[in-house]
Amino acid sequence: MAGENTVRLRPPNNRLNERAVNWWRTQVLLTAAVPALVLSVLGAFIEPARTWLLVPAGVIAVAGLACTAFFPAWWYRVHRWEVTDEAVYVRTGALWQEWRIAPMSRIQTVDTVRGPLEQAFRLATVTVTTASAKGAVRIEGLDHEVAAALAESLTRITRATPGDAT
Amino acid sequence: MSAPEEEWRRLDGRTVLVTAMVLAGFAAGAGLPALLGLAGGMPLWKALGWVLAGAALLVGAGTGADLVRWQRTRYRIGPERAELHTGLVLVKRRSLARDRIRSVDLTANVLLRVLGLVKVRIGTGEHIVGGGSTLELDAVSRAEGERLRLELLARSAPREAAAHPDGALAALDPAWIRYAPVSFVAPLLGGAAAGAVMQVSEWFGARAEVIEWVGDRFRDTPLVWVIVTLAAAALVAGVIGAVGLWIEMWWNYRLDREPGGTLRVRRGLFTARSISIEERRLRGVDLVEPLGVRLFGAARLDAVATGLVKDQQDNHADINVLLPVVPRVLADEVAAQVLRESASPTREALLTPHPRTARGRRLRWALSAALLPATVLALLGTLLTPVLLWIATAWVAVGVPVAVLLALDAYRALGHGIAGDYLVTRSGTVRRSTVALQRTGVIGWTVRRSVFQRRAGLITLTATTAAGAGAYGVHDAAEGEGLAFASEAVPGLLEPFLDRG
Repeated sequence: MAGENTVRLRPPNNRLNERAVNWWRTQVLLTAAVPALVLSVLGAFIEPARTWLLVPAGVIAVAGLACTAFFPAWWYRVHRWEVTDEAVYVRTGALWQEWRIAPMSRIQTVDTVRGPLEQAFRLATVTVTTASAKGAVRIEGLDHEVAAALAESLTRITRATPGDAT
Repeated sequence: MSAPEEEWRRLDGRTVLVTAMVLAGFAAGAGLPALLGLAGGMPLWKALGWVLAGAALLVGAGTGADLVRWQRTRYRIGPERAELHTGLVLVKRRSLARDRIRSVDLTANVLLRVLGLVKVRIGTGEHIVGGGSTLELDAVSRAEGERLRLELLARSAPREAAAHPDGALAALDPAWIRYAPVSFVAPLLGGAAAGAVMQVSEWFGARAEVIEWVGDRFRDTPLVWVIVTLAAAALVAGVIGAVGLWIEMWWNYRLDREPGGTLRVRRGLFTARSISIEERRLRGVDLVEPLGVRLFGAARLDAVATGLVKDQQDNHADINVLLPVVPRVLADEVAAQVLRESASPTREALLTPHPRTARGRRLRWALSAALLPATVLALLGTLLTPVLLWIATAWVAVGVPVAVLLALDAYRALGHGIAGDYLVTRSGTVRRSTVALQRTGVIGWTVRRSVFQRRAGLITLTATTAAGAGAYGVHDAAEGEGLAFASEAVPGLLEPFLDRG
């Protein structure tokens, strides 16, 4: 909505690693492939219900392929992150966009997680939690070396920043 | 303050007696249906023998286990730490640093009260998986419980609180009971009562007779009246239940401010509860107005505090409730006193309403929720039977006006603002909640915008906090105004990430 004094959130500075696109594609493909495969195998064996199993399998496969082609590239354009001396700032989501801000003085823990798929793509997820049960900030799809360096610098800044974290 | 003693203490020995009594009561309750069930298949004396043997075994074993627990449980309040050693097979040692202790809550159910005992929960208010942050002393004598509470919570807290002295902030007014029947508890209890009648009659194998008896009463009445009468009877039972529950929960209610900056809620007719909330942990208040209660101009007050850990066994204990449902004006007044403000930040006048596009969104949600089942019914009706078409028509006739009213009310409820040191946000129609949160208690922002919100120029702001529910939302605020509000409410946090153009 245009107005003279519009206030907007500016996008965070850093993009994720490009490999995240392929990581997401693999995730979406796997999510769609498992039910599609199960349905088609069942369809191959259970003759009376063949059409009722193969048609949904086909629909799931087509939808999965469409999502694989479409969403990861969009996510890559939208997902961004930034760490300043004062706060961690992350933007995620395509249809439901979300901006999360957590101040350094309130950060309690910094975790780095690498799932099996992430390891294959040499990526990592950094999770920053605060004292709020609902305030965790996740940066997914970072290069694993960037993630390690980020976690380390966050831990250092957090230790140096005064605050009781509540 | 009394001198901190070093010696280990035991729980009160009478706690074993309480366990024996509870088990005996349980055995009696479970034994009766078992006896009736067994009596069908064997002579009565034999059934009685079996049931009594089972009961004796249960009570004996349970009491024996509790005796061992009592013998092996020790606690000590040292100058630095509060310690508890317990455990049947494995000895558990748990210790809390004295300066981390945030709450000492006392609970006593009827049995404990008769014997002059209380259960004490000492907590640090930290969320540690496995519940390592609380010590539970089950049970000690009432005097000992009070001594522990005073000793553990007493702190030198020099505060200039001339305008808000210590002492009573609120005490029970029996007239408040008039709000008990309008709470949502009443219909629930009514349903539960009907269910209980059916269940008990089944134990005695008399369910069919009960239904027949009810059918006999209404032999010559039309079906509509039967339904109306039965619903009314259930509702009356529910109202009686709700009033009873209210009396049990809120009798002897008092809200005090104690020296050292602690708020203390005491309440309960049979089960006496004492809940202490340190003012240092208080991040704000939540003025809750459920629909029924709101129609009568009343509201309830909850505390928004860090580290109020729910009791696992006693989930309905509502440990964050500061004030039962009372007239709205009084609730505002108590809120102001609790927060040490001259006027409550939850007052109506301070809130900015949200853009009209938010109303459109709510109307669309309400209409789709009302029309979707009607469409399904109508579709099935055209395919199967015209009866469904009539049901669909009735559904639309009743559902649409209700949905529209709720949507308009939900829109009217939306509001946010800054009142002194507090950030205030209000939303909800069935349960309208006005939260006043300390601006310094906000530890992060989450901004969400869906594709639909984007077109309407709206955003949903969520302030995350360590207290209460963890996050409080400002739903569907205008984008620019909302961001400016969030930035002003917590200076410096959002500002570096804003584009002002």
